[in-house]
Amino acid sequence: MTAHAHALEHETSTGLDSRKLAIWTFIGSECLFFATLISTYLVYKGKSVSGPTPAQILEIPLVTFGTALLLFSSLFVVLALYGAQQGRRGMLIGWLGATIFCGAFFVGMQVYEFTHFVHKGLTLKTNLFGSSFYTLTGFHGTHVTIGVIWLVTLFILALRGKLPPEKALNLEIAALYWHFVDVVWIVIFPVVYLMR
Amino acid sequence: MATTVAGHPHAAPVAAHAEKTGLWSWITTVDHKRIGILYGVTAFVFFLIGGIEALLIRIQLGAPDNTFLSPELYNQLFTMHGTTMIFLAVMPLSAMFFNYLIPLMIGARDVAFPRLNAFSYWVFLIGGLFMNASFLFGAAPNQGWFGYANLTSRQYSPGLNVDFWTIGLQILGIASLAAAVNFFVTIVNLRCRGMTLMRMPMFVWMSFITQILLLLAFPVITVALILLMFDRAFGTTFFVPAAGGDPLLWQHLFWIFGHPEVYILILPAFGIVSEILPVFSRKPLFGYAAMVFSGAFIAFLGFGVWSHHMFAVHMGPFADAVFALGTMLIAIPTGVKIFNWLGTVWGGSLRLTTPMYFALGFIAMFIIGGLSGVMHSVAPHDLQQTDTYFIVAHFHYVLFGGSIFSLTAGAYYWFPKMFGRILDERLGKVHFWLMFVGFNLTFFPMHFLGLNGMPRRVYTYPAGLGFEFWNQVETAGSFVLAASFLVFLYNIFVRSKRTTAADPWDGATLEWSIPSPPQEWNFAELPTVHGRDPLWEAKRARGGSLPEPPRVSGAGIHLPNPSYWPLVTAIGASTVLIGIMVGFPWVSIAGGVVLFVGVYAWAFEPAH
Amino acid sequence: MPLGKVSLRRVTGRAWAPVFAALALAGCAENYPQTTLLPRGDFARLLHDVFQTTVWWALVVFVLVEGLLLFAIFRYRGRPGDAEPEQTHGNTTLEIVWTAIPAFILAMIAVPTVKTIFATYEDPGPEALHIDVIGHQWWWEFRYPEYGIVTAGELHVPVGRTVRLNMSAADVLHSFWVPQFAAKRDVFPNRPTHLWFKAEVAGNFPGQCAEFCGIQHGRMAHRIVAHEPAEFEAWVAKMRRPRPAPTDTATPPAAGIDSAQLATARKVLPTCAGCHAFSATDTTRGRIGPNLADVGSRSFIAAGWLENTDENLARWLRTPQAVKEGVLMPNLGLTDEQVTALVAYLRAYHQ
Repeated sequence: MTAHAHALEHETSTGLDSRKLAIWTFIGSECLFFATLISTYLVYKGKSVSGPTPAQILEIPLVTFGTALLLFSSLFVVLALYGAQQGRRGMLIGWLGATIFCGAFFVGMQVYEFTHFVHKGLTLKTNLFGSSFYTLTGFHGTHVTIGVIWLVTLFILALRGKLPPEKALNLEIAALYWHFVDVVWIVIFPVVYLMR
Repeated sequence: MATTVAGHPHAAPVAAHAEKTGLWSWITTVDHKRIGILYGVTAFVFFLIGGIEALLIRIQLGAPDNTFLSPELYNQLFTMHGTTMIFLAVMPLSAMFFNYLIPLMIGARDVAFPRLNAFSYWVFLIGGLFMNASFLFGAAPNQGWFGYANLTSRQYSPGLNVDFWTIGLQILGIASLAAAVNFFVTIVNLRCRGMTLMRMPMFVWMSFITQILLLLAFPVITVALILLMFDRAFGTTFFVPAAGGDPLLWQHLFWIFGHPEVYILILPAFGIVSEILPVFSRKPLFGYAAMVFSGAFIAFLGFGVWSHHMFAVHMGPFADAVFALGTMLIAIPTGVKIFNWLGTVWGGSLRLTTPMYFALGFIAMFIIGGLSGVMHSVAPHDLQQTDTYFIVAHFHYVLFGGSIFSLTAGAYYWFPKMFGRILDERLGKVHFWLMFVGFNLTFFPMHFLGLNGMPRRVYTYPAGLGFEFWNQVETAGSFVLAASFLVFLYNIFVRSKRTTAADPWDGATLEWSIPSPPQEWNFAELPTVHGRDPLWEAKRARGGSLPEPPRVSGAGIHLPNPSYWPLVTAIGASTVLIGIMVGFPWVSIAGGVVLFVGVYAWAFEPAH
Repeated sequence: MPLGKVSLRRVTGRAWAPVFAALALAGCAENYPQTTLLPRGDFARLLHDVFQTTVWWALVVFVLVEGLLLFAIFRYRGRPGDAEPEQTHGNTTLEIVWTAIPAFILAMIAVPTVKTIFATYEDPGPEALHIDVIGHQWWWEFRYPEYGIVTAGELHVPVGRTVRLNMSAADVLHSFWVPQFAAKRDVFPNRPTHLWFKAEVAGNFPGQCAEFCGIQHGRMAHRIVAHEPAEFEAWVAKMRRPRPAPTDTATPPAAGIDSAQLATARKVLPTCAGCHAFSATDTTRGRIGPNLADVGSRSFIAAGWLENTDENLARWLRTPQAVKEGVLMPNLGLTDEQVTALVAYLRAYHQ
């Protein structure tokens, strides 16, 4: 980066960094993506012509624990961001690590859950419930996985001291995405599991 | 002076930015103007392909019981004609103008994310080539551009045809979404000093609304296509009635996307015409605020009327009534637009140049398309109109008479700016009259045929139903229409003349304040504006035309670095999807690896 | 609302009628047997009335707005050296006016539209003749539960009695279209849809599938045959008459077929019976091919597309794939002798 101020980094019309605006825009678009998937799930709820039904397959305890961890991770990433902005490296690394642990646990839980459900006789092809359940939660899980990979990348940068306060925005953008993925789960969890 | 156009602080004779040439410079370009030209050229080629498909369709329908095309080939051609014209021609032609003009009009040096912009183009190119490659396998999509379930299920469409379409559209969707995020942020964030929202050129406003539509409509079709892809590739049953799946869900998802899509195709055209009419009427756009709000209102209503494509579905009287009334409401803001265009022309001093011919032709044709649109909203009679040539007539008056007339107007208007060459005026008017006559000969009789009982998407019709005469007229008209584009090509490649005039039309917007064609950095010094027509204000303040802006060295202006990672990433992302179609997981995995490498290299590459 | 509509209809019905004939119909709708512009049933008439209201308004708007545009182009054409015109930016009063006027016109269309929507959804009542309409790739099946009969390709209805069509699809989506008497309605494999109408005149009218349904969508046509009531009863009686089964060797030859031909035909008929029924009272569901009971007396064959001549019937039996590429009936490799025998059989036993 030279001393010359680059045209694209000039103060923006809104004062908001363009990358931050972009992630908000992307999240807006993603809302429609998940809204469509959730609608599809709801439209087909109880429409399967054969079993098994959600009540026979879904188990609440484990997923509740995963959900709790995912929700806590939203808090952890906020703390990590605070650490990054304040230049408190230990705080950044610690909380970011905790966030990644929660996210990874959630993904692991989902992998376990999917395997378990397949053993119980529910595959993508079994019935409409299987099709719409795996598609909806699978796409959410993919989003969580991408988020974990993103956060791990930032974690490695932080370990190598390459996430100084002036680059905290990089974490803030990832955190916005992470919060969104959480919020989507807050909708999916009751719709799929609690209203089974 | 309102705009700073001359006098560059770094106008030193340093060859800071040598003119970049060669194929590699185009492959790695991140310059919004070059990407715009790439979009334009590619889309125009696809437009010609779509046009040839249309001519084949017209030859087949020129006589009853014709056997020029087999039923299978006809079905492939009409599907690809629609898909091509919508996704590979009109949308990317609009994208050409978004790319080229938005940064220039808002006084920016580039879009917010130049590499993402290159990525969008490459994904679009791959998607378009992939979709058309289906012809090489004799398996072009053959289920119609609307792809109604459950005809698209493995059971009833066992070939690769539907897969090419499903995967191709998903690839194109990635391009549209990435571009929409980019332009949305560009317009919100990169406006020059003084360019408040209510001072933005109308084209920028309409483009802005279009990006919002893209952002909200494309995720819906993406999910629909994913569900269909899962049905076909992985054996899910989303649209399989025997397993409880509902083909009607497809229709809802498709049209929740499909109707906003109509406005995605027409709003940029509104914007182009709203730029051209004031310049050649020599007075400002009439009712600027009303134009902005009517555009926004059209887009808003556009999300709530999708089921007017489905009146024949038997949704019940309440649903039919709500969607009929909602659809009628759209006529009000659309009428406001037409009247404001008339108000712009009214009392002006019209310069009837070629762009103005096309812009006025647009209004005349769009009125007809708008009126037949209102007729469709009369839900009971839509039970007669739907799926007949009356509908074909309507949407060609909107998409050809509307979008294509406007895009052609824009092409003539901005050609000098983009290429430093001006198109021949006389030939331009020959182009206009051939297109106007050919268009009306081709599409007006479709109103009669539709109301008199000719359904759409039929590969032939028997003698004795009375369809012969008007079909012959239409086929003849389609060749006149095709000839008009030969004139256009001749004009571009043979008769256009070099011009370096920065402002050949006495323009009002910022792009005319810089050299033709613009230098890579657009503005030697970023402008400041004080009103809606900054260049007119500058000229008025000077009491005459502005001096030609000098071509400067650009030393000290920082430009984004060229990059090939957008192309690599585009190839990776497309390969993941194509792998699902061919059914070899390793293709998708290889694509995923390329995508992963591309994204990381992109993220850690110095952007400038 | 009635005020506006009544006065409009009076105008459209009298002074403007010739204008319509010239402009909207573009010649004579009579030349188009499949036209929507000459309603011959109550349902179609409902739609046509509201359509005429719309067309009238559209015509007025069209003439006015295009006229204004043309006027402006000629009136305000500039000359080189003209002074800059007055720089107007807008006019709030005008904006309100040209928002309000279209809103008023739309209201004039909206009221009859909504009224008609509800009218078309009204149940035709218990007296209606129920007919099940089933769309197949690429032909239409018509079942009359009231009479226990099945036919295909030709929908027979009585004049003066409302019929209610209960519609569905056997495979993919189709759309059943009766342009002269009613309109069209999509048919689905998984949800029933309905249409009703009362034919006002007798006659034989064309219609065809209106939702793209695969390779032969273009030739998925049908006929609507409206009979005077007595004639309709006769048709039903004829359909209900017992027919010999294809395998029945006891029945003596009928007029128009000799015993040698009958013997030849009977050798082939079991193959045909794999997909087709030969008796109108055989209401087994799920057959791949249309019921052939009255095929000898239909006006058209091959889904309302080929005139029912001996030559065409023979052509179809010989090479259906050449006549309609992709149709579900395979080329059976019949000899000329077998084809002639089958034509004679279909004509003799199933008139």
